[in-house]
Amino acid sequence: MVDKKRPVNLDFGTIKFPITACVSILHRVSGVVTLFALAILLWLLDQSLASEQSFEAVSNILSYPIAQFLIWGSLVALTYHTVAGIRHLVMDLGIGEESFNSGRISAWVAVVIAVVLIAALTGWVIL
Amino acid sequence: MMAFFARFTLTGPSNWIIQRITAIVMAAYLFFIVGFLVTNPALTYDQWSALNGLLSMRIFTLVTIAAVAFHAWIGMRCVLTDYITVRWIGPKANGVRNVLQLGLGFIILFYLVWTIKILWGL
Repeated sequence: MVDKKRPVNLDFGTIKFPITACVSILHRVSGVVTLFALAILLWLLDQSLASEQSFEAVSNILSYPIAQFLIWGSLVALTYHTVAGIRHLVMDLGIGEESFNSGRISAWVAVVIAVVLIAALTGWVIL
Repeated sequence: MMAFFARFTLTGPSNWIIQRITAIVMAAYLFFIVGFLVTNPALTYDQWSALNGLLSMRIFTLVTIAAVAFHAWIGMRCVLTDYITVRWIGPKANGVRNVLQLGLGFIILFYLVWTIKILWGL
């Protein structure tokens, strides 16, 4: 039961999100996106293995802007989710979980690594 | 309805360890595929279908998708129980959450069957 007397502040406009919270919520969002993006990745696997013709067709799929956007979006979500997930695995090993400050540092490290990988990925999709 | 879903809900510690084991499997697969694509920039259909024709590779892919199934089930349950709550969306929250979780079950089952169809051409 919900105790109506308890003071609750869930007004996102007044809550200040530290970097750790941003990394965490993006991990959730990217996880949900990746789940649906997997349909695109499985379709690519299907087409790339069905026949030599469909392999050639799917190799050139990035020439279509819509396909470019969908594949880019899928890979961005997957990349971010993987990097933020590896941060959790590293913290499970006892590294970077001593204090709020070490958590903040590892969150920034994850953001920087994700940004670098996403930049490389963006270059590959565009070029 | 709640009792039905509770049967598929493991305890916290087992969820925690399953989430990590499946994460390692999926990360290993991702690194392998990215490594293969980066070291074979001019990939041909013959190379690609030869790789995916190997029984070991088919099993690796299938195990990864099975890992996705468990990982998504547990992860989505965390997300749904946090946001589809009575406080946020009203008294229908439990029903709505269970319907969404059931929908998720169909999606991951579809992914598993599709993967088997892709790899074994059924």
